[in-house]
Amino acid sequence: MPDIGSGWKCRDPDGILRRSYLESKMSSLFYEDIFVKIMEEGELLPHLFRTEYQKMVSVLCYRFGIEHIEIAQDIVSDTFLSATEVWSVKGIPENPPAWLYTVAKNKTKNYLKRNSLFEQKVSEEIRYKTLAGEELEIDMSHKNITDSQLAMIFTVCNPNISGESQIALALNLLCGFGIQEIADAFLTNKEVIYKRIGRAREKLKEAKLKIEQPSQSEINNRLETVLTTLYLLFSEGYYSTSQNTTLRMDLCAEAMRLNYLLAQNENTNKPEVNALQALMCFHASRFEARTSSNGEIVLYEDQDEKLWDRELMETGEYFLNQAAKGNKLTKFHLEAGIAYWHTHKEDTLEKWENILDLYNHLLILEYSPVAALNRTFALAKTNKKEQAIREAEKLNLKDNHFYHSLLGNLYTDIDNEKALQSFETAWKLAHSSSDKAVMIKHIRRLQNWRDYSIPE
Amino acid sequence: MNEFLLVFRRDFQSREEQPSPDQMQEHFKNWKNWFGSIAAQDKLARPLQRWDGEGKVVTQNKTVLNGPYAEIKESIGGLIIIKAADYEEASEIAKGCPILDLGGNVEIRMAF
Repeated sequence: MPDIGSGWKCRDPDGILRRSYLESKMSSLFYEDIFVKIMEEGELLPHLFRTEYQKMVSVLCYRFGIEHIEIAQDIVSDTFLSATEVWSVKGIPENPPAWLYTVAKNKTKNYLKRNSLFEQKVSEEIRYKTLAGEELEIDMSHKNITDSQLAMIFTVCNPNISGESQIALALNLLCGFGIQEIADAFLTNKEVIYKRIGRAREKLKEAKLKIEQPSQSEINNRLETVLTTLYLLFSEGYYSTSQNTTLRMDLCAEAMRLNYLLAQNENTNKPEVNALQALMCFHASRFEARTSSNGEIVLYEDQDEKLWDRELMETGEYFLNQAAKGNKLTKFHLEAGIAYWHTHKEDTLEKWENILDLYNHLLILEYSPVAALNRTFALAKTNKKEQAIREAEKLNLKDNHFYHSLLGNLYTDIDNEKALQSFETAWKLAHSSSDKAVMIKHIRRLQNWRDYSIPE
Repeated sequence: MNEFLLVFRRDFQSREEQPSPDQMQEHFKNWKNWFGSIAAQDKLARPLQRWDGEGKVVTQNKTVLNGPYAEIKESIGGLIIIKAADYEEASEIAKGCPILDLGGNVEIRMAF
């Protein structure tokens, strides 16, 4: 076992690391420095960072409490720093995760011995829990890791903090994402994310939340918030306009991993959890197909079915069946049903009648402009386009660019001039460059039609 | 925006007024689409509620009769509460109600 006890002192002549250990304000900078360093270290360490960082942070947070998130993050970051240094000299250990766990445990013990403030505040409680004289144990068993992660998910997905802060904090704490990566995913800069995460942490501390196993009633009350955050996390990856495909895929994969943790736990293995897992599997199955090699969005109708991931579709079906157990019908069930029918490429009446019916249900359960627009699109497929146009005009969504793009779709082949105008309005109202690009595609198609149809 | 009560009534009793099973299936689909259409306009003021078709009627002399159609042919098929600016808009929405296809009617009342 390498000596990691007081190593950081010698490696840190300026005292930066030490200060960061003691001053929580510095900790995110410390984390980011190490993160960048690790990502440069071949393949194994970045991979381990992804999989193990959040496990160790969860276990330590679970043990220390919400007030000491930064210390937990610092200890784990420092553990990875040790790995970069020790492994390059002594070679990669036989069992890298076990090595990391042991080092993290030792660093924690040393930290507790060294830091009197921490000693007073936290150790008292920990000492109370451990038998007199017994050495502090940090439990890195599989069971404790998953328990800690579950407790952390319920802590982070807290209605006291805004949705986007929840996602940023979840990415940082539960998924081990770097600040720059989170900023890239949100198309913003690091400072914004620092602030967002900082505020979220403060909120959690203010609320004096205990990181603990959620009780059955808490699961009932809070599960929807948790699932909504996980779905937002997934959507951030799926719909993000960030050009970084790998990063976007990672976001989706993380949301699926966290939700899978809930499905694996008997207390949280509820129908809606399975429904959300199914929904994410169905969407993710089209991940490859929905972006072209130059990063443009490929519309559903134009997607190459061969790029759809069959395995993920089947997994989705498995979870959809699991979700049908019990008598609960949530919006995740309905959305999963809609996504299921979208895995059938062929345009059949059966497909669109089912989709229309599911959208009707979804809207009755909870209104959203997107669902209203998609329902109208489905109506055009089951009934006549003219009827869908009349329905669309009742929607009162004239500021929404998707509304005009829907009208453009509906008017195509019925009144192409109107279709063109609608797409042009949609283009003007669209914010993101990728949305604008899609509109331009439609506009070009219709302009071609016009150029050809004008008599010589 | 005001809230309006829409009550659907039709003759559920006379045999000759009843739709065939095929018509009924189509009819249900129309109901779902009509509710979906109102919901898509964000004009549903309350969650939908299903009502038992049997019912009871209490008469003046406090006898309780089985079925809501004891003395009159027409009875309530259901009711919803919607959001609309005025009676005019509420009536426009009611014009799409599938009960009309089966000879029924819609009574509209504005909430205070």
